[in-house]
Amino acid sequence: MTASTVILDSRACERTLRRMADEIVERTGGTDGLVLVGIQRRGVPLAARLAALIDAREGGRVPRGALDITLYRDDLQTIGPRPVVGTTELPVDIDGRVVVIVDDVLYTGRTVRAALDELADFGRPARILLAVLIDRGGQELPIRADVVGKTISVLEDQLVDVKVEELDGQDAVLLAPRRPRAA
Amino acid sequence: MPLSLGKDLLDLESLTAEQITGILDTAVPLKAVSERAIKKVPTLRGATVVNLFFEPSTRTRISFEFAEKRLSADAVNVAVQGSSVSKGETLVDTARNLEAMRIDMVVIRHGASGAARFLADRIDSNVINAGDGTHEHPTQGLLDLLTLRERWGTLAGKRVCICGDVLHSRVARSNIHGLRKLGAEVAICGPRSLLPHGAEEVFGVTVIDRIEQAIEWADALNILRLQLERMEAGYIPSLREYNRVFGVTRERLARAPRELLILHPGPMNRGVEIDSDVADGPHSVILDQVTNGVAVRMAVLYLLRGGRPDQAAAAGAAAGDP
Repeated sequence: MTASTVILDSRACERTLRRMADEIVERTGGTDGLVLVGIQRRGVPLAARLAALIDAREGGRVPRGALDITLYRDDLQTIGPRPVVGTTELPVDIDGRVVVIVDDVLYTGRTVRAALDELADFGRPARILLAVLIDRGGQELPIRADVVGKTISVLEDQLVDVKVEELDGQDAVLLAPRRPRAA
Repeated sequence: MPLSLGKDLLDLESLTAEQITGILDTAVPLKAVSERAIKKVPTLRGATVVNLFFEPSTRTRISFEFAEKRLSADAVNVAVQGSSVSKGETLVDTARNLEAMRIDMVVIRHGASGAARFLADRIDSNVINAGDGTHEHPTQGLLDLLTLRERWGTLAGKRVCICGDVLHSRVARSNIHGLRKLGAEVAICGPRSLLPHGAEEVFGVTVIDRIEQAIEWADALNILRLQLERMEAGYIPSLREYNRVFGVTRERLARAPRELLILHPGPMNRGVEIDSDVADGPHSVILDQVTNGVAVRMAVLYLLRGGRPDQAAAAGAAAGDP
């Protein structure tokens, strides 16, 4: 097993999120009608973190939600064990609002495609933005992030492993060799 | 951890506690889909499901149909009226015809116990048992489990008494297997003529003779529908007497030592096995059962889609993040 390389340690994560929060408010021109929606699972705590940072700087409380895109995946036709379905929870009506989708890693773009489809079933936001902690390249769809924590170039056989305090006990972004598929 | 049920859902007896819990866990987020303004997700887009009902059924068929449509499957209802052909032959022919129409899943309700397995063994499509004779009605069992788990958080250590015509009831069998696997204690209560012989040994349940004792013992009563033809067949003397001895009435419930949940698979014979005061009362979770029926059926459809027999064992290979 080759050791993982640290891309962001916990302090770097904190600085990065702070800058992302500022950039989100800058791009949306304030917090009016703003909603942060994290994609299950690690996007959810990241969205809450960003929202808290925005609240601290701007005052008020930005609503935060969670999106589980499993039911919208484009690979459910393939035969195999079914992925676990998580919770989708949107705290407010998203019609006419500015929704920021938050995820840990942007890779193929297929998760974001599914998230856009799911959001459309809940309403018609005035605008949707994408914020990701890591953009690792390799998009297979015409999808780009609006707010990026860090852009890195990663080989296909490598895994960007994002850890968040709430789920993993620490904040870190690691580059690891992809786990071999279970036989 | 990804979950697989294999190709078919034929009973709860052959499922593991982990598989049952996995179905219930999947039903929870799927239940939320029915609360949305747009009650539809694209999950089963392109899948064709045939609802093959050899017995009349309104609520189970409608519940499955809602579940299929909310997952964007194409649903076709086939109601097969009583035919002169013997049941075995009809099923084989029907199976071949369905296969020739390139379907993906079959929901079958049939009067003969074992009919669902018979069909499942002969076609490649996923088969879901919607009630076969007096054998099992697994999705009814699952919706009862979900309803109780919602109220209690866990089934472990809870006491559920199934009341009424257990002998002829596929609902009772699915309930007994499901409840016991999830750690609940199960009792049955009814006239001895309507309880299976040797139920203690065969099903691992307690037999309670008097409804008053059942109310004292249980945390929930699952009150079965008394099929009216049982009276004509001589299993019980009269409906009135049945209500007097075994009917769940408000007066009897008032003596329950703890809060008691009331379930009924429907359709109810008000004034026979259950009084209206009880059915519409504060302890009743009967309408929750109906809501949860759609959710567990959505979960089963989602989990079975594309499933193959060799995947029945808990899944190892990760369905990795895209």
